[in-house]
Amino acid sequence: MGEQIKIRAQNQGETTDIRILMQHPMETGQRKDDKGQTFPAQFIQTFTVSLNGKVIIDGQLNTSVSKNPLFTFKARGIKSGDKLSVAWTDNTGDKRQDETTVP
Amino acid sequence: MLELRRQFLKGGLSAALLTPLLGTGLLTPTRVLAADWNRPAFTARNIGDALKAYGSTNAAESREILINAPEIAENGAKVEIEVTSNIANTRSLAVFADKNPMPLCSSIEFSGSALPYLREQIKLSETTRIRVVAKTAEGKFHVAFREIKVTLGGCGG
Repeated sequence: MGEQIKIRAQNQGETTDIRILMQHPMETGQRKDDKGQTFPAQFIQTFTVSLNGKVIIDGQLNTSVSKNPLFTFKARGIKSGDKLSVAWTDNTGDKRQDETTVP
Repeated sequence: MLELRRQFLKGGLSAALLTPLLGTGLLTPTRVLAADWNRPAFTARNIGDALKAYGSTNAAESREILINAPEIAENGAKVEIEVTSNIANTRSLAVFADKNPMPLCSSIEFSGSALPYLREQIKLSETTRIRVVAKTAEGKFHVAFREIKVTLGGCGG
């Protein structure tokens, strides 16, 4: 179970900015500790953003996305009271899903 | 009567076979499954193989894909890039860093009310050309490039 996904929706007039922070180490599998031991790769492979239960963004990521991935997306026609949910799965099978209601 | 019994047995048998599969998630009736991680494209070790695996070797260069990124990145571990596609019916945007050990960084599909726009932070191992490939609903590929100078690589950490 990863840490909570932070989701913010900010109305920009006709469009809405959706900011998503997924707290995750995004370990490349290339980094070594002091003793020369490699940290095994651990990274988010897939994630989805859903609006009222319907997927609007379907993403696939590699190890080269920075630690604690922060994304901004844009969508049209999001209203107050709409539900935005984000779910991710990493290469080790760890998952996390969180939802927010648009203010 | 015999015929009826045959059918009944058949029906019962297939139901008995399928029910346990439902529980395992192999046969989930109505859920839409997220696309599988595109392993060949993400694990390709050079830009040529990555583009081939992604299927976009014949992409046409376009000025309608806008890439906003720093010219010089001091820290390759976190380079923010912003991509907007003004190509009609853009369905997905893929970001490649030509000189990264694994060039394909992300591939994102948009549907419904989502606009073909993204802002993300990526790791760059060295000074490299970034390319963004947009795929349209008609299955056409377009590409745009951007050069980013990196003073400190972001892979080995």
